[in-house]
Amino acid sequence: MMSLERVLIGSALMLLLGNAHALDGKKIFTEGGSQPGAMPCVACHGADGAGLAAAGFPRLAGLPALYVRKQLEDFKRGTRANPVMQPLANALTDAEIDAVSQALAAMPGAVPQPIHRSEMPIGAAQKLAQQGAWERQIPACASCHGPAGTGVGDTFPPLAGQPATYLAAQLTAWQNGTRHNDPNDLMGHIAKSLTPDEVQGVAQYFASLKLEAKP
Amino acid sequence: MSPFVLVLGLLGLPSAHAATIAMEDQSQLQPSAGHAAVSQFQPPQESELPDNAYGKLVKEGYALFVDTKRLAPTFVGNGLNCSNCHLDQGRLANSAPLWGAYPMYPAYRKKNDKVNTFAERLQGCFQFSMNGGTPPTADSREITALSVYAYWLASKAPLGVELPGRGYPDVAQPAKGYDLSGGAQVYKGQCAVCHGPEGQGQKVGDSYVMPPLWGKDSYNWGAGMHRINTAASFIKHNMPLGKGGSLSDQQAWDVAAYVNSHERPQDPRLVDGSVEKTRVKFHANDGVNLYGQTVEGVLIGQGIR
Repeated sequence: MMSLERVLIGSALMLLLGNAHALDGKKIFTEGGSQPGAMPCVACHGADGAGLAAAGFPRLAGLPALYVRKQLEDFKRGTRANPVMQPLANALTDAEIDAVSQALAAMPGAVPQPIHRSEMPIGAAQKLAQQGAWERQIPACASCHGPAGTGVGDTFPPLAGQPATYLAAQLTAWQNGTRHNDPNDLMGHIAKSLTPDEVQGVAQYFASLKLEAKP
Repeated sequence: MSPFVLVLGLLGLPSAHAATIAMEDQSQLQPSAGHAAVSQFQPPQESELPDNAYGKLVKEGYALFVDTKRLAPTFVGNGLNCSNCHLDQGRLANSAPLWGAYPMYPAYRKKNDKVNTFAERLQGCFQFSMNGGTPPTADSREITALSVYAYWLASKAPLGVELPGRGYPDVAQPAKGYDLSGGAQVYKGQCAVCHGPEGQGQKVGDSYVMPPLWGKDSYNWGAGMHRINTAASFIKHNMPLGKGGSLSDQQAWDVAAYVNSHERPQDPRLVDGSVEKTRVKFHANDGVNLYGQTVEGVLIGQGIR
């Protein structure tokens, strides 16, 4: 039988270790990684990780750790091309990627106000987002990213409240193949079916959705 | 013995019957096969809806159709919405569009051996696909609104004519039958990213975004989708979402069998509490299905709560 002391010491150790881990990730976020070129995230994504809409830098706070980790690994691998993020990700160690991903996931994010499927969409962009364009085999954005673009699970990231320039840049990257890190080309083949107007339209639609602080 | 041989052996009987049974709805008719080459019926646009009581009721039906679980919780015992199996709000060809179904009723259905009105057909959806217990009455707000929505989508469609793209056009069972372990591979590679490794679907808050394919929140053992032939046809034409037609017939059958070899809520028509009696009465002649059969030593169809 385990003594009380042992349990307490064990718990204290776990807390310490857990803290050390979280601190580590947070430190990478604010101060950068251990190797040259591993710039701190705050420089572009802001102190609260909320991104910088004017520059098209996305929100990272509250994103699923597995999603962030995969993106950093994909920057390294080259399946997601970006002149700023690729050298930066290359300068992070695997352990640092892991730590910073978890730190970002733990940062308070934001959730969009709920949108019910029953609401009939107004305008072409919202129609595309909520219903899709099935005459071209384009499913609704909401069918994978959630009715209000909240993001679903570790694979489908939130769209709501991300900068329009960021969302449009990603759709364009899917179209021209500089981003091809999705499972089974799920996003790539959809993006390639979108017109330039639709790219701008859905990007602005999701950017315009109101966010509330995560409870 | 490989699972493949085992399954083929088990399914000798139901497979032999498969050819005689196509769609369970409008079962006297054969759905037309083939993809979109034929000119498709075009349902009206929402923008054409009149601003009156009729237009309002159509919108109410639309809301119920796409948000069924939230808006009709009394009649939905699982986590599904109508639009999970009738894509594009019930408008999409080869995805059992409402414009293909509405003009075909009243129709005789083998399932309950009588002539069914469209309202009765909708009640069947609630009872089986939505696992909803006692369905809304034929004159209820729910059935009325959904019927009006279906009627509107079928505007200007000919009455009693099989339109191309109605139902889930039949995908014939491959000569080699189907293989559950092959299905597991397809599932893992193509389906799990959305529907989850255990078929559990994915939620945001309380509400499913990707529907569960088995387990307590999915369709029950009496739903048409529990038939492997029906699920294979749905999958072949419509899955993965936005990539319909990308799986081979063999892959569609394998993965349909894999999905429908998992437990789900019991068939509400359960006879004397006996899976075997229920199998004989309702499943022995209902396309290709695994209900009441033993696969790898486990009896399928015991139901889940």
